[in-house]
Amino acid sequence: MSEGHDHHNAPLSEPAQRVKALEQLLVEKGLVNPQALDELIDTYERRVGPRNGARVVARAWTDPEYRKRLLDNAAGAIEELGFPPGPQGEHMMVVENTPRVHNLVVCTLCSCYPWSVLGLPPVWYKSPAYRARAVNDPRGLLEEFEVGVRDKDIRVWDSSSEMRYFVIPERPAGTEGLSEDELADLVTRDSMIGTGLAQSPARRAGENRAAR
Amino acid sequence: MNGVHDLGGMHGFGPVVREQNEPVFHADWEKRTFAMTLTAMGRGVCNVDEFRRAIERMPPASYLAASYYEKWLHAVEALLVEKGVVTREELASGHAAAPAPPKATGPLGSGGGGVESFDDSAVKLRFNKSFKPGFKVGDRVVARNLNPEHHTRLPRYAHGKRGVIRHDQGVFVFPDTHAHGQGNKPQHVYTVVFEAKELWGPDHNERAPVYLDCWEDYLERDRIAARPAVKSSAKTAGQAVSKTKASPAKLAAKGPAVKPAAKSASRSRAAAKKGRKR
Repeated sequence: MSEGHDHHNAPLSEPAQRVKALEQLLVEKGLVNPQALDELIDTYERRVGPRNGARVVARAWTDPEYRKRLLDNAAGAIEELGFPPGPQGEHMMVVENTPRVHNLVVCTLCSCYPWSVLGLPPVWYKSPAYRARAVNDPRGLLEEFEVGVRDKDIRVWDSSSEMRYFVIPERPAGTEGLSEDELADLVTRDSMIGTGLAQSPARRAGENRAAR
Repeated sequence: MNGVHDLGGMHGFGPVVREQNEPVFHADWEKRTFAMTLTAMGRGVCNVDEFRRAIERMPPASYLAASYYEKWLHAVEALLVEKGVVTREELASGHAAAPAPPKATGPLGSGGGGVESFDDSAVKLRFNKSFKPGFKVGDRVVARNLNPEHHTRLPRYAHGKRGVIRHDQGVFVFPDTHAHGQGNKPQHVYTVVFEAKELWGPDHNERAPVYLDCWEDYLERDRIAARPAVKSSAKTAGQAVSKTKASPAKLAAKGPAVKPAAKSASRSRAAAKKGRKR
């Protein structure tokens, strides 16, 4: 389903008109303040996103004491790095990939996602195809995402409650001696959902060259 | 509610379509819908379970055809009307014919606005009080075969399936009542692990157990005797079990990769302590 894609070139599409009327109405009623809405939007467009989660992962890779705190009380350890729980981040559990276990997160019933570390979810995460298949065809799904998990056990976490799940991917080989910032650059959004792996330094460098 | 939103395990949706360099929002109206919805919830106009219920009650064809923020827009409009904050006529005209109820325009949470105010209502979903848990980590349970017409968070694919309690996540409000103004009915939420063969049948050859969060009311003790439940699982799994080492019993016995069971309990206690100070 191409959620959201039909609206690019339709500034006065039906939802756009409804939303305009709704905002006008709620301002008149004193429920919303347009500047406060702008701020909230800015928070999720610029300040809260997968870069936060990447920093958490990089710290967990380099600081065993931090990793322990993260596994024991995820929301608290995430807040230590200056990322408040915010909505959809208060009740959090991290699940760690190992040489034998690969974790994959989904919300089959709606779109639950750990906003505080990953920001708002991409359209595909909320799509019927992903929600339908993650629970009973995770291996096929990961192949589609070109994620090699070899013969690992896959654990699928269906976020049906207020708990939010967040994957610590495996630290790639050949990253000894990298700084925390350099490590964070290797941690993709998808690797923290489980539909990706952390990038190797070589692959990351290749992508940077291609982007230039 | 056995609704169209309950998608786990369905077929026919095709490959997962991904967008390269996807923006956070795809249109300005999506941004405004997002922010207005969070603000309405922050003001206590509705809670998150009512919001989910409003989305799930969309006609199935509309649900599948609607984009994500179209669903949000539908739900926030429906709830503002349902709660008496606005009327359908006002929504159509975009102008207020009468003031909103005072409750809806009071100060926004303790944070004074935006994200902070929403935090407070999100936090309320977990009860930081001690409630006696009915199950403990390692217990064998069955997800009840419940088919209520009201909002629920037990997906259909788990109905009647046997699993093992892996974590006690603490006490949360019960969505089935919370979504319908019928109280919080606080109770423990457990992460229950269900083997893939248990969920999808003996021919399913994936070593891919599903970890599903279940409120206590969704579960009953596995009374068909705990041992036979595991035996039958091992039997149906056939040779695959020895190869995969993934029967519920073994999963339960194996130390969880996340954290040991005892820690989970102590974490709940720590959370309870922390909460009481709030």
